[in-house]
Amino acid sequence: MRVTSLHHAAFLPVAALVLAAAPASAKTISVSADTPDANEKLQEALIAAVSGDVVELGAGTWKLTDGLSLDVANVTLRGAGTKDGEGSILDFSGQQGAGEGLLVTSDDVYLTNFAVLNTKGDGIKSKGADRIVYHELRVEWTGGPKETNGAYGIYPVESSDVLIDSVYVRGASDAGIYVGQSKNIVVRDSIATENVAGIEIENSYDADVHDNIATKNTGGILVFDLPSLPQQGGHNVRVFENVINDNSTPNFAPKGNIVASVPTGTGVLVMANRNVEVFGNVMENNGTANVMIVGYRYPYKDEKYQPLPRAIVVRDNEHGKAGFAPAFEGGTEMAAAMGGAIPPVLWDGAGDAIVNDAVGVLSLNLPDVGTPRSEAKPSPADLKGDAPAALPAIKLPASMEAKVQ
Amino acid sequence: MKRLAAAFAAALLICAGGATAIPSPVPNQAVIDGDTMPRKLSEFGLFQPGTATLASGVAPYELHTPLFSDYADKARGIWMPGGMQAETGEDGRIAFPVGTVLIKSFSWAGHNGGKPVETRLLIHRKDGWTALPYVWDADGRDATLAIGGRRVPVSFTEPDGTKQSISYAVPNKNQCKECHAEGGAIVPIGPKARNLVFAPKWQPFLAKRFAAPASRIAPLPRWNDPKSGSVAERARAYLDVNCAHCHNPKGSASNSGLFLRWTDDPTGVNYGIDKRPTAAGRGSGGMEFAIKPGDPDHSFLIYRLESLDPGIAMPELGRGAVHKEGAALLRQWISNMPEGKKN
Repeated sequence: MRVTSLHHAAFLPVAALVLAAAPASAKTISVSADTPDANEKLQEALIAAVSGDVVELGAGTWKLTDGLSLDVANVTLRGAGTKDGEGSILDFSGQQGAGEGLLVTSDDVYLTNFAVLNTKGDGIKSKGADRIVYHELRVEWTGGPKETNGAYGIYPVESSDVLIDSVYVRGASDAGIYVGQSKNIVVRDSIATENVAGIEIENSYDADVHDNIATKNTGGILVFDLPSLPQQGGHNVRVFENVINDNSTPNFAPKGNIVASVPTGTGVLVMANRNVEVFGNVMENNGTANVMIVGYRYPYKDEKYQPLPRAIVVRDNEHGKAGFAPAFEGGTEMAAAMGGAIPPVLWDGAGDAIVNDAVGVLSLNLPDVGTPRSEAKPSPADLKGDAPAALPAIKLPASMEAKVQ
Repeated sequence: MKRLAAAFAAALLICAGGATAIPSPVPNQAVIDGDTMPRKLSEFGLFQPGTATLASGVAPYELHTPLFSDYADKARGIWMPGGMQAETGEDGRIAFPVGTVLIKSFSWAGHNGGKPVETRLLIHRKDGWTALPYVWDADGRDATLAIGGRRVPVSFTEPDGTKQSISYAVPNKNQCKECHAEGGAIVPIGPKARNLVFAPKWQPFLAKRFAAPASRIAPLPRWNDPKSGSVAERARAYLDVNCAHCHNPKGSASNSGLFLRWTDDPTGVNYGIDKRPTAAGRGSGGMEFAIKPGDPDHSFLIYRLESLDPGIAMPELGRGAVHKEGAALLRQWISNMPEGKKN
């Protein structure tokens, strides 16, 4: 099947001629990191590309001062790899303008095999970019966790059909991988480390987050819904077969942002969503909790907003040590009173959840999200029960899966 | 202080046959209507040869409240093909005919003798609007396409006397669209009926080439003229012109949920009042709300307007200097808001 894939065809013009699906003009535009005015030349290539083209980033370190953008549908941006010294490294340490390193605003774009480092704002953002594929990429703030790092590493928003596969993200001061206000999403086989939130699915519908490693973040994997946004009512999210451990990095998000409220040591955090399944994950050394299920406990003016978690299912996870350093108000006292650690699953008492894992659940018994946390009356809770019908697996268009085979 | 509808009426009283004799050259309609991206600006024939002076028949216009662009002086012009008319909708949006070119040149009095640094064209072709940035050659006789954008060192003196040297960013073609996008298509921003101003000399052009709106459209206040509106009205005009091209439900910042159009409810959470950050990242500056009534120092909308850090600054594009006077107006507006209006 690979022989007929578009990117191979682009390298083989003869083959391209016999491919009905490939535009006759499909070509590869190569840009070298050593070109004088490399920033401008690369941007020109991204503008000159037409549907079917591959823009090829040469190996080396690109010193970029301005954000790049791609607004042409069905274009591949391909580098020579993500490793320092051999790959295509887009270094934004000297960035002077634009809110992100790379912005994609067109459909059917394939980003692969390059690194984006030290952007001032977000790393790679795609907005209204349907069927985008992020594959084998590195987005990193190389100084490690710092409040001055950009917010999001990989940031698709307002898009349908999103695939994030085999990426590495480190150091984001908000979320390493953030999918917002989107539909039909897969995040898999990726590593998120030393971000505030490793992976965050926010105000989105239908997502599978699986086979990732979320480690050394403040919180590993977050499923959130927030008010007063164009798309809300997040639902149908499966978080499964991930390794979520040692999320112990002190929260370094700028205050005011919702993730600044994530307690250090959180494995999975589900807030104000419905039909979220957390299963088959390996979770340990998350000092606050392996799994936390909460309502949205801030004032809001949005009548359409639903602040409660509903129909949350936690099952078949492997739990290691957790709850030994609960980083929320009153947490230390609760842990001391319970022999040094609170149970691995923490629920604020709002909404409803089924927890069939063979570990304890601590409820804060705050069913009304208007009640301040200081009035928590923690007690063990038994949330065992029959889960609703399992969610179906996310299926992406075949054209997307073909790109990463 | 011309009011547009009044101007239409007044213009009808003037002898409309005042089209001046048109010396050559005139704009090259074939190039305008074509599908090429000419390398030289002169190929359009929109300027008098070897100069940055608009060609005859290209109408200069101004805006009541303009977009701030690093204290640049802007010279704007409209070219419409012969015999064509623009239509004005009830909402004040102007539908320009195919073949129209909107022209904007950027200059600073103290820079290169006041010669323009760049000229941006917004061209209405049959398949939609196209945006092209041109950077003027050093001799100021012509300009060259800079499709990938450019950084140009620029020095100038701010209104308060501060000397500034900045790395001025000429936008690339995609960045033009980031601001001019509505639902993914390019649209003009500035020339809306409520904001458009023609000098008296060009009133015949206005009368002849713009179909009058069905009803009177109130003019937008001038952001810096207290006679044109209250502090709140002028602040809202400023936000409409400087922010709302992205901050609207079909714009580049649609996902933020912050909508700052002239027509948006200025008391609502979507206007920023007590609105928590969505995807602001460092842009929140550690603050809880975009606008905290009565407290501009804890309103991150102000923080972002006063920052030059690309990870913080708003607007994201086209600002290498802080607009102190604009920020001061918004500070005053927020200070004047009653405090402690709780949810």
